[in-house]
Amino acid sequence: MGAVLVLSAVALVGIAVLLVKDETAGDPLFALLAVIEVVLLVQLVVGSVQLSGTERDVSGVLFVSYLVGILTALPIGAFWSLAERTRAGTAVLAVAAFTVIALELRLDAIWGGAGA
Amino acid sequence: MRDLSSGPGRVLVFVYGVFAVAATGRSLVQLGADADKAPVAYSLSLLAAVIYLVATTCLLLGGRWSWLIAVGACTIELVGVLVVGTLSYVDTALFPDKTVWSHFGQGYGFLPLVLPFVGLAWLRATRPATRPATRSVAQRSV
Repeated sequence: MGAVLVLSAVALVGIAVLLVKDETAGDPLFALLAVIEVVLLVQLVVGSVQLSGTERDVSGVLFVSYLVGILTALPIGAFWSLAERTRAGTAVLAVAAFTVIALELRLDAIWGGAGA
Repeated sequence: MRDLSSGPGRVLVFVYGVFAVAATGRSLVQLGADADKAPVAYSLSLLAAVIYLVATTCLLLGGRWSWLIAVGACTIELVGVLVVGTLSYVDTALFPDKTVWSHFGQGYGFLPLVLPFVGLAWLRATRPATRPATRSVAQRSV
């Protein structure tokens, strides 16, 4: 969880710099987003395993749907951003990274027993 | 007329898309788990989901009709978030559980309150040009 938040925050800062300088995102940023995506995939596996072994009162369906849902934000954002290589396209990446952070925080709350 | 989903519209479509997915997911989970707990709140969640889906689709499609429907969707969205937001403070019994629009979208960083204003502003900027069309018709008749 911490890794996702830190990496996403770093990505967000990187994108903010690009936005201010009015530059489009290059390979380093997309590499970072790819790393985050891999971490999210690992999270899906680890989270599912932990869910099956936990005795805590976690809403299983909700938890897994967040684990899967969070995977979609970056690929769709990257795809949607690459279709228009402008400042607006870069801003889409910022929204996508922010979405990952928001979903990650929700995921943590759901693991702590929060409902829908 | 400018493309509804390019430039700032591209960001808007993405944000609307995120909210469409979030609201749909939430309302389905809520209605599926225990619909009787807060029928009003959950129905409104579903309404919000539909509105976000319509707005996202219209922005993606573009064109005059989509523009009109998008204006309608954003207006309903604005009225919805204001009414539900106010009601959730005034009549708490009506909203035992949270929805996207309750407390002016507090659970979503108040974005649901900001979004319809941004949406309408964008639609205003991309308003289909009616004048050039009528002028060309007038020129033809002359």
